[in-house]
Amino acid sequence: MDFELNEQQQAVFDMAVGFGQDAIAPHAASWEEEGTIPRAFLVQAGELGLAGMVVDPEAGGSGLTRLEASLAIEGLAMACPSVSAFISIHNMVAWMIDRFGDQALKDRYLADLCSFQKVASYCLTEPGSGSDAAAMKTRADVTNEGFALSGSKSFISGGGYSDLYVVMARDGEVLASNADTPAAKAVSAFLMDDGSDGLSFGAPEKKMGWRAQPTAQVQMDGVKIAKGQRLGEAGRGFVYAMMGLDGGRINIAAAALGAAQTALNKAVEYAGERRAFGQSLDQFQSVQFKLADMETQLQASRIFLRQAAWKLDQRASDATAHCAMVKRFVTDSAFEVANQALQIHGGYGYLEDYGLEKIVRDLRVHQILEGTNEIMRLIVARHLLDRG
Amino acid sequence: MKALVCVKRVIDYNVKVRVKSDETGVELNNVKMAMNPFDEIAVEQAIRMKEAGAVSEIVVVSIGPKQAQETIRTGLAMGADRGIHVEHDGELEPLAIAKMLKALVEKEEPGIVFCGKQAIDGDNNQTPQMLSALLGWPQGTFASGVELNDAGALITREVDGGLEDIQINMPAVLSVDLRLNEPRYASLPNIMKAKKKPIDGTTPADLGVDPAPRLTTLKVTEPPARAAGVKVASVAELVAKLRDEAKVI
Repeated sequence: MDFELNEQQQAVFDMAVGFGQDAIAPHAASWEEEGTIPRAFLVQAGELGLAGMVVDPEAGGSGLTRLEASLAIEGLAMACPSVSAFISIHNMVAWMIDRFGDQALKDRYLADLCSFQKVASYCLTEPGSGSDAAAMKTRADVTNEGFALSGSKSFISGGGYSDLYVVMARDGEVLASNADTPAAKAVSAFLMDDGSDGLSFGAPEKKMGWRAQPTAQVQMDGVKIAKGQRLGEAGRGFVYAMMGLDGGRINIAAAALGAAQTALNKAVEYAGERRAFGQSLDQFQSVQFKLADMETQLQASRIFLRQAAWKLDQRASDATAHCAMVKRFVTDSAFEVANQALQIHGGYGYLEDYGLEKIVRDLRVHQILEGTNEIMRLIVARHLLDRG
Repeated sequence: MKALVCVKRVIDYNVKVRVKSDETGVELNNVKMAMNPFDEIAVEQAIRMKEAGAVSEIVVVSIGPKQAQETIRTGLAMGADRGIHVEHDGELEPLAIAKMLKALVEKEEPGIVFCGKQAIDGDNNQTPQMLSALLGWPQGTFASGVELNDAGALITREVDGGLEDIQINMPAVLSVDLRLNEPRYASLPNIMKAKKKPIDGTTPADLGVDPAPRLTTLKVTEPPARAAGVKVASVAELVAKLRDEAKVI
């Protein structure tokens, strides 16, 4: 068993780290302040193939495995987890279109998405349904031309900023054929362009972290959707959304890992420089033990994460459970490591200029979104008990 | 015109270099390695000239252990077309490298050879000059500007006093300096394509070169730790120290 990255995987990781340090790190604080990520930067990332990482090269993508894509996200997140996660969400939507879309949809969107000329958002959560996503209220009524979308989606990364929204909604056509269709099987996925009539956005949300990416509610009031804009099969939207999340969870964990590694690196450096009671902090056993635990948590996270990504690439039957375990374990560990890194910095850790408090604020949401860590436990427990 | 770009696998510039405990050399075990940064600039220059239509094919060559192929692969991912790996384990000196490169130049017949001005491990700054002498070709060293023209190439060189422009004939050997360009990142699709690009293998013996070092390394040690400074009481004492101890005036 070989746990080393191969040459190509190392090249992917190194590129992402280097590009992140050059193109993201110097701006991370100002983008956070402005609450937006410049389009010009995204186009630059697109030129490097970071916008359609797991999309088929024939369609303009980079043709990476999940494992390789997670390395890129981890590398970028060393500069800023908020920006890296935003790129990850866009990649998830591009993958969904590549995997489930017909040729017409692929032709219409993938080239622009893979070059980051267009930015895509994922719309599942609603004001009244988060963990219980299938209880959504947004509906797609059948019209002569196709569908009309009505409802609202909340906490949407890129809301009001993106060019394309993939919206999960209760499909009127499915419900017309059988009104008793179970909630999850009545959902289809629809591709909605920005600028559509009836589409509006809430005010930009004020958030604890992830401030660089614009987040807003997406409101639909009879937005007309052509029939061809339904993604894949009718009634399969919830399955697609969940499959998208398997990869999304890997990347959310990878982004947390990259940022936590930066926090640990900063803590090691600071502990070597800062002196108290006549010696540097890293000579105190209490600090050494802390650093040792942080390192151990990140190493365990890394190996577990890569295994789950590999399982997803293999389409292993337990891949979903592993993605859930990894999302829970890695995001919890990463938050703890970032928090301890802040603690080692003492009062300085609480100051913006040292970059620690941002990582702690950013990583907090990794424990909540793409399925809360409680829902992750639910998925793992179901898998475990079904097997028995 | 074909371009040959010479690249070396060195310790990554971010790594803190440590001397081996037996003082025979520098610790390379479990140390991150990368392409010599000046060689990245050389690869980038060749790619830019290819994009401008001045170069038709870029061949990246590296001499070193099996892992030197990773460094060649980095060049291929940036945009070079194919690689040549001269496999050799152990010490290599600039003259032996220059001789092997000469043999490759005679075989490949490039119109231009790019090298980094020096490698950041040995800092020798000798190979390109030796190669140019062995070939009898013009050299343009420490290039921070390269402009092809009807008569050959106009090279801007970084010299101690500023910049110097020289006109040289082609074919030529160029050694590139830091400010020539900013190397690109390899894009993900190009990283994926790089593994399908060919790397030919050869050996010093195939090239008719004896790579045995002519120098013997006696001992490699850390530079002495910087000693604490002293305070001087008067200008007279300072001048005395500068003259008698530091011997700078």
